[in-house]
Amino acid sequence: MLGWELPPYNSGGLGEACFGLAKALSRKGVRITFVLPKKLNLKVDFMDLVFADVDEITKLYPVYTTGYSWRKFVSFDSLPPDFVHGALKFAEKVEKLAEKYHSDIVHAHDWMTYPAGIAAKEVLSKPLVAHVHSTEFDRTGGHYPNQTVYRIEREGLEKADAVLPVGGFMKQVLIDKYHVEPSKIRVVYNGIDEPEKSELAPALSAFKDLGYKIVLYLGRITLQKGPEYFVRAAKKVLQYNPKVIFVVTGSGDMQDFMLYEAANLGIINKFIFTGFLRGDERDRVYQSADIYVMPSVSEPFGITALEAISNHTPVLVSKQSGVSEILQHALKADFWDIDEMANKILAVLSYNALSSDLRHESSKEIRNFSWARSADSVLDVYRHLI
Amino acid sequence: MSSICLYFQAHQPIRIKKYRVFDVGQDHKYFNDSSDTNLNNKKIIQKVAAKSYLPANELLLRLLGKYKEFKVSYSFSGVFLEQLEEYLPELLVSFQKLVKTKRVEILSETYYHSLAFFYSRSEFESQVDLHKKKIKEVFGITPQVFRNTELAYTNELAQWADKKGYKAILAEGWDPILGWRSPNYVYKPTGTKKIKLLLKNYKLSDDVAFRFSEKSWSQWPLTADKFAQWVNAINGNGQVVNLFMDYETFGEHQWAENGIFNFLESLPGELLKHPDNDFITPREAAERYPAMDEIDVPYIVTWADTERDLSAWMGNAIQSSAIKFIYDLEGEVLKTEDKDLISDWRKLQISDHFYYMCTKWFADGDVHKYFNPYESPYDAFISFMNAANDLKLRVNQISIDKSKAN
Repeated sequence: MLGWELPPYNSGGLGEACFGLAKALSRKGVRITFVLPKKLNLKVDFMDLVFADVDEITKLYPVYTTGYSWRKFVSFDSLPPDFVHGALKFAEKVEKLAEKYHSDIVHAHDWMTYPAGIAAKEVLSKPLVAHVHSTEFDRTGGHYPNQTVYRIEREGLEKADAVLPVGGFMKQVLIDKYHVEPSKIRVVYNGIDEPEKSELAPALSAFKDLGYKIVLYLGRITLQKGPEYFVRAAKKVLQYNPKVIFVVTGSGDMQDFMLYEAANLGIINKFIFTGFLRGDERDRVYQSADIYVMPSVSEPFGITALEAISNHTPVLVSKQSGVSEILQHALKADFWDIDEMANKILAVLSYNALSSDLRHESSKEIRNFSWARSADSVLDVYRHLI
Repeated sequence: MSSICLYFQAHQPIRIKKYRVFDVGQDHKYFNDSSDTNLNNKKIIQKVAAKSYLPANELLLRLLGKYKEFKVSYSFSGVFLEQLEEYLPELLVSFQKLVKTKRVEILSETYYHSLAFFYSRSEFESQVDLHKKKIKEVFGITPQVFRNTELAYTNELAQWADKKGYKAILAEGWDPILGWRSPNYVYKPTGTKKIKLLLKNYKLSDDVAFRFSEKSWSQWPLTADKFAQWVNAINGNGQVVNLFMDYETFGEHQWAENGIFNFLESLPGELLKHPDNDFITPREAAERYPAMDEIDVPYIVTWADTERDLSAWMGNAIQSSAIKFIYDLEGEVLKTEDKDLISDWRKLQISDHFYYMCTKWFADGDVHKYFNPYESPYDAFISFMNAANDLKLRVNQISIDKSKAN
């Protein structure tokens, strides 16, 4: 398995997804060698880790990367040219490494590992599985996708024997924009490890005590995630219910835009920016919210929606997300439909029964969305290829 | 002797359009969707009429002409008839023609196809009276047999109908209330004096209503000849076979392509081949056959879902809060004496609104999804509550205006 990041050194959903899937596969008896481009200080017992940049026999020069600089390195927000070089260099290294490891399948996660995946496929003469967690089209919202990245993606998808997008919405993007042969595509939805989080100490209780309701945005603040639609929906919500606070958790290149936009609309006093949070802090914010809103313009999966549910928070997700295809007990709206979003946010805030049924039913529902279920789909693909 | 009692339920709800919170206080028309979606009431009823009501009426009229022994019965909700008057007068005429044969009986129900009996007795009675008036006005007759929405039945309901002088009342022939007894006899409800209870033979009814086109069913394809043999097998072991189903079974739930009209066309002939069979209406069944035993139903039994209860209407928090909201307004709404307002309030009691909010997906989910014009039960709830809140504002406004005038 070829990956680019693993938690806790992850920039977003990619590392989490690779980790969750690999763990579930190993429980089902798959032996995994997970190749990462750089040495990370990780302790994983269910699979073998290999770092491509170091001589893994002597391990003389361990590269230490802090969470912050790693995040900078793998950030999707702006693409440094050496990011592409990184992907190509990874391929060079993997080409040399591959022979040392027996493997029946080469499974590559996202474009940065596709050149490496192709190299391994050729060296080993084994089938290549290209897992697609996001595409250049999702990341840029379709505006000026980086042509080099697009070419790398296309080549990887073409050479792959099986292509696994994380949702049906993305499957369509792969067919329309990447011309991938539909017959080799198999949708594998992501899973969640902990479908029910325990109750934590309340956050933002000062506001709640004053009778304020909390609407949460959590995720990278980038074009793809639709932050501008969130701000505009907030404006509409506040016209009908002024006792609402909008909490924004995450960071990204549109954070300033979001601030200015909220200021321009005269509602900046109703916004709280928490920055990037993880672990219990993140769960506490989820738990404090009356509703989690994911207004993504283009969201291959949208694991944050499941995280919110695991924290017993009702969710409103954009219809342009993979997760909306599997969630029945969630509110849904088109990302551009500000009115509908505001309508639904207001309904959850004013009708207690709605919020209680959503909480209740969705927490039952997500117990089915385990990584084990995803692993079953992947195993099925493996069996067809071997 | 087996008497076959065919009763068809004809109902179409008046669906609430996508009604957003921004419409509250602005737009008082809740039911006038004119889009291409399934919230467009006119579009739906015209579609169902073309596929089902019109061809079925035509066929039944022909069958009534051909077989002098043939009889059928209907129950029409008031909101169904109202919509026919507005959008499909020709269909109304065709129903009137059927009734003129004098071999078509009409049953009594609530005008608004509501569950009012369980929330407000006085409102329930008002709706039964409104329905009676409507039936008299349209068909010139007064129904003598009562059926409640979704066949929702309890001892208490039977006792009410008994006091009101109804000859019979209908219910589901559900095994737990029957025990070892057969649905193919007439019974007496617990705590009543004269009224008779007719129980749906759900096995035979559902063979037609639900399983007819089901290719995985061991008895598929179902022919009229085979079905008649099943009915004949009851001879000597029952007196009346109650086949109760939605009228939309013919052409809408079961498609013409799958042969449902051919089945219906051959059915009377096949049933009448057996000399001991005949057709009967619910009122006639009550007059002809004695009550064999007493049936005790202390809790609500309906004809819906595998549970035969009302959980698809009032099983979750959004449903119960929506129902409570609407019935809590009763006193204030009626006090306004505002005709339009009262009518809108009653339209919000149509049981289908609550059915659309059902989140019980897993066992009966497919059926519920099929009938749900909203994208999700939560969307149904949101539009309903927004509209209900607008109605409440109207009520308040009228009270304010009134007190100013005084």
